Order: sequence, then structure tokens, then C-alpha cells
Amino acid sequence: MKEITRGAVVKDAGNSVVNKTGSWRTFKPIINYEKCIRCMICWIYCPEPSIYKEDGKDYDAPKEPIKKLPVPVIDYDYCKGCGICVNECPVKAIDFVKEVK
Amino acid sequence: MRDIMYEVRFHGRGGQGAVTAANILAVAAFREGNYSQSFPFFGVERRGAPVRAFTRIDEKPINIRMYVYNPDAVVVLDPSLLDVVNVTEGLKEDGIIIINTSKKPDEFDFDYRIATVDATAIALSHRLGSSAAPIVNTSILGAYSKAVGNVSIDSVKQAIMERAPAKKEENAAAAFEAYEKTVLGWEK
Amino acid sequence: MLRGNESVAYAFKLARIDVFPMFPITPSTLVPERISKFIADGELDAEFIPLESEHSAISAAIGASLKGARVGTATASQGLALMHEILFIASGMRLPIVMGIGNRALSAPINIWCDHQDTMAERDAGWLQFYAESNQEGLDLILMAFKISEDKRVLLPSMVGLDAFVLTHTMEPVDVPEQEEIDEFIGKKKPEYLTLDANNPATFGAFGSPSHYMEFKYAQYLAMKNASVVIDEVFSEFTSKFGRKYSKINEEMMDDADIVFITLGSCTGTAREFIKMKRKEGKKIGLLKITVFRPFPKEEIRKALKGKKVVAVIDRNISFGFGGAVYGEVAAAMNGMDESPKIVDFIVGLGGRDITFNTFEEVLSIAEKAMNEEVDEINWIDVDKEAVEKEEII
Repeated sequence: MKEITRGAVVKDAGNSVVNKTGSWRTFKPIINYEKCIRCMICWIYCPEPSIYKEDGKDYDAPKEPIKKLPVPVIDYDYCKGCGICVNECPVKAIDFVKEVK
Repeated sequence: MRDIMYEVRFHGRGGQGAVTAANILAVAAFREGNYSQSFPFFGVERRGAPVRAFTRIDEKPINIRMYVYNPDAVVVLDPSLLDVVNVTEGLKEDGIIIINTSKKPDEFDFDYRIATVDATAIALSHRLGSSAAPIVNTSILGAYSKAVGNVSIDSVKQAIMERAPAKKEENAAAAFEAYEKTVLGWEK
Repeated sequence: MLRGNESVAYAFKLARIDVFPMFPITPSTLVPERISKFIADGELDAEFIPLESEHSAISAAIGASLKGARVGTATASQGLALMHEILFIASGMRLPIVMGIGNRALSAPINIWCDHQDTMAERDAGWLQFYAESNQEGLDLILMAFKISEDKRVLLPSMVGLDAFVLTHTMEPVDVPEQEEIDEFIGKKKPEYLTLDANNPATFGAFGSPSHYMEFKYAQYLAMKNASVVIDEVFSEFTSKFGRKYSKINEEMMDDADIVFITLGSCTGTAREFIKMKRKEGKKIGLLKITVFRPFPKEEIRKALKGKKVVAVIDRNISFGFGGAVYGEVAAAMNGMDESPKIVDFIVGLGGRDITFNTFEEVLSIAEKAMNEEVDEINWIDVDKEAVEKEEII
């Protein structure tokens, strides 16, 4: 049965995480870590936001010293495939491939 | 033309032009002397989100204004929707499903007549939309015309010329190419 | 083939509005979009004024109308509610502004879909109210509203409601009259009274003390009564010119009907098909559509319902603490009538809940029960009552 609360209050906060918007995607951005210079421009521009910073030492990098920097990682549960990161990447390190489901 | 109302449901994603497809189909049917009505599933439209749109076609003026619950045909603009939406919901027993896909009809497991067309490839070859967001709605209408046959491809092309917001010739040509390339699963 | 919003925009263009002050709101945003395109393409010579709120939009409409301009605008829901205080000023200053409404629910909870709560909440604002069943009616009623509003016996503003999405976003065939025909039908706006004119100055928006205020309200009351007469004249002139029949109430299948459905707006068509279906089963149901809600067609409704057994009022609104607004008015219209039918209220389709054959099936079963026994006065249809009763203290 649906739950009808007083005054339409949603009892849990932050409930938009329930809606996994990744299913909306038609095209999927894939970061090519061998090219990525970890400038984090994609992280800034992602409107969702579904690009997170992670410790980058275990990821590939174009040069060894870059491995010390945090790395952008896409959360495909929520990435809607808008392609803004692909468009903004200054070194064209993000591929945009058709999602096969 | 038929003497009873024909109802179509479009499944697409926000930005693919499902609503425009429903509108153009209604215009095409109207041009052939029918009454018609088209409307979106009333909601919040977001690029990429699953959307629905509807067209009704009848010889008589159309009175009813509820959603379409038992369509005669379903048009799927995006094959990825097949996993997230039950596209056959309420579809009549002798209904038709028209799918934008590079696959062939016999690769699908539906208990209905299936028609397929690679509308994405056709749209891109006519430079409709970008590879990230191909505009497949006019191509899929060519497939509709071939599969259902209650509006002619000429009417579809004319309706596109009248209604397409941009690239009218390219859209009309894409519809015609799709009409030619549509594979009807029930014709072996 | 036009969407309801486009019907409204075309009507404004045909009426050759001079000024269109606006603030966009779902579901009526397409109206200003189309008007701005008409102006940009040179098809309409009008001033398009984008404002910072609906409150300002209707205020600008008042200013423009005071200057003698023909003014149109469009809004919905919260936008109309934000105009609330200014609506009374437009009618009190006797300005024939015409407004298209995309009838939409009011928050909370936030909802963009169809019901009549927004316009019903403004039914006492002194505006004429029309409800369209189709996009054709939307276009025609806006055109007629200008002629009625601007009649010197009336000089009151009008709002024309088109159901959110069900009409505003639905595309269907619409017969758009020729410009010359409409020029002849409505004519140029002739300011009948003083206008904002530097060469002939006057004071507008003045104070009305207890010694005078009530007389102005009585004048508005009389103007509404006049509107009732003018509406009949304009409707019949429209019918003779354009062939499409309009009347304040529309009666269908009424002659032998025991049960009558009363509807407003877009659900009328679905009700019509439902009733036709049921008539094939021998059920004697009639349909009464209310097109003009202000002034309320009391006499017409009394006449139409005389001798009927049960009247099912389909209300797409709720006046909390009472019931449906239409029900209240219909019941009041029956006051003092011999053999008044039993009047039963049905609250349906709030916030865009689809009104389907099943909805009317349920309405009919309660109406049929009412033929022989007592039923609830107010009936909520298609509602999960159990879910609500779990949370509310009953």
C-alpha cells in the first residue's frame, strides 16, 4: 500500500539516491586513464554530480607523478549520459560509446 | 482506414522526439481525412528519462481524453527501454511492436507481431542529431507506416515537411529510407 | 492541428491583442512562446512584456488595459494564485482583460497536472469564467470572451480554462477562422470610458470609502447579470457566423434521462462516450456540460434538471470543509424548486489523476443507488482511502 504522510512529508532525507538515473543513459562516458591528466574539470562540470574523486595511485596515468593526484571516477548508477564531461575534457580523455543493454 | 479507433503508444527517452513523433503521426493521419489526437504522457520531461506519447486515429471525431491503456501498436524509439519498461503493457492481442534496433524481429521474444528498423543508423546517416543524441523519431515513423499501413509514407513525409522543427528534407528522406528498410517479422 | 496552448495563442493573434504581459508557468508556457514568435515573425503587432512574476504580469495587464489596449495573458495554478489580489483590481476597475488558463492543481504537494482548483479558487474575483472541452472551444471561447468582456454593458475581465496537458499539450484538429472574419466579429477595441491619457487626465485606482464602496460592488453585480445576456447574444452570433454551437450549458441525451452527469472541461468527452455506451445497455443517462461558470447559469440549469431523478456532479476541485464547488452551486440553483432531483457530488481527477471509463462506472453505480436509497453527499472516486486512513486521525 502506498504511504500517505501528513502534509506530504517524506520521512527519509536524501531519498533521491533511490532513483538510479543511470538507466536513462543512451551513451556512456568512459574515462581513458592513460590520457587523463586529472585536472578534475569533468568533476566540476558533472551536473548530477556522478563523478567522484578517488585516491589515484592504483589507476593508470600518462606520467608517473600524476598518480599522486586524486582521480575522477564515474558512478554509472547515476550518470545519465549527458556527455558534458566528454565535451569539457581538455585532453579528450573521455570516450562516449553507445550503451549496449 | 478502419471504422474503429486506432491507438498508438510511443516509448522513447526525453530528447529523442517521441512526442514530436506522436504529433507528426497525428498530422499525417489528419491529412488523409481522419480525425486524430496526440499527446505526451503528462509529466516532467528530462533528457534521457523514459517518456511516453500517444496518438489516436479515427474516422469519427475523437471524444475521449484519457490515456491510452490498450494500444493497437507500440513504437519503441530506444531499444535500451526494453529492459526498463514493459512496452507490451496493455497491448491488444493482435497488436504490433515497432522497435528501433539493429537486431532482426526473430531475435526478440514477444508474443506479438514485431517490426524492426535501425532508425539510429538511418538518422545518423542523414545527420539528424548527434551520435550522442540521434533524432530517430522521423525514421521510426517510416517504419510505422510500413508496419501498420494506416497512414501512407507520402502522408508521413508531408507531415514531416509541415511539422519537423528543422532539417525537413533530411527527416523526410530518413523516414522514406526507414520505410524501405523496415523488416516485418510476420513476413517470412 | 493545434495544441490547446496554440489555440489560445492563435485566438489572441486573431483578436489582434495590443499587449501581452506575461510570466511563464507550466502548463501554459507555450502560449507566450507562440505569441513571441508571432510578434518576431511580424504576424502580430503587439507589445510583449516579460515580467518578474505573475503578480506583475497582471498588474501590467491592468496598466495596458487602462490605456485602452486590448490585453491578453496566460497563466496557471500558482501563477493564478499569485495574481489573486490583482484579479479583484482588474474586475473592480472594469477592465476587459482576457486570460487563458491551463487549469492545474495547487501545491502542496507540488503538482503540475490538471484539476480546476486554481480557477475555482478565483470564482469570486469578479471575472467571467469559461471552461473549454476541446482546443476548438479554447480558441472560440477566447475570441468570444473579448467580445463579451468589451461589451459596454459588461466591461469585466474573463478567464478561459483549458485543462492542463489534457488540452494544453494535446494536438488535435482545430478550425482557425480567417482574420477578416474575426475582425468583423470582434471589431477594434473602442475604449468606452476614460483612459490613461495625458491630454485628458483622470485619477485611476482611487479610494472607495464606506459611503461609496458598496455601490461599486453593486455595479459589478449588475454587470455580471448583464454578462449573462451578452453571452447569449455573442454565442448565438458566433454560431450563426461560424456554425459551431455554443451555449452556457450544453445538454445532450437529456430528454428521457433519469440520471444526469454534470461536467466541466475536458472530461466531458470521455463522459459522453461512456454515456453513449451505457445507453446501448438501456441506461437512461444524460449529460450536462457547463461552459460558463461565471456568471453561473442558474436558470438554465434549473430548467434542464427539472424532473430528473439523480444529478451526479463531477467536480475536479474540492472546497475543503464543504465539497465540490460545482456541486454547491448546482445545489443552490435548485433552491426552492419543486421536485428537485437528488444531487450527489463526486470528487474526481485531482492533480491529474486520469478520468477514465472506470471513474464514470463508479460514479454511475453510486448514482443508480441514489435512485432508491440514501448515499453519501460527497463521494471521492479513484482514491486509496485506506492509505490515508492509516496515517490521519479519524
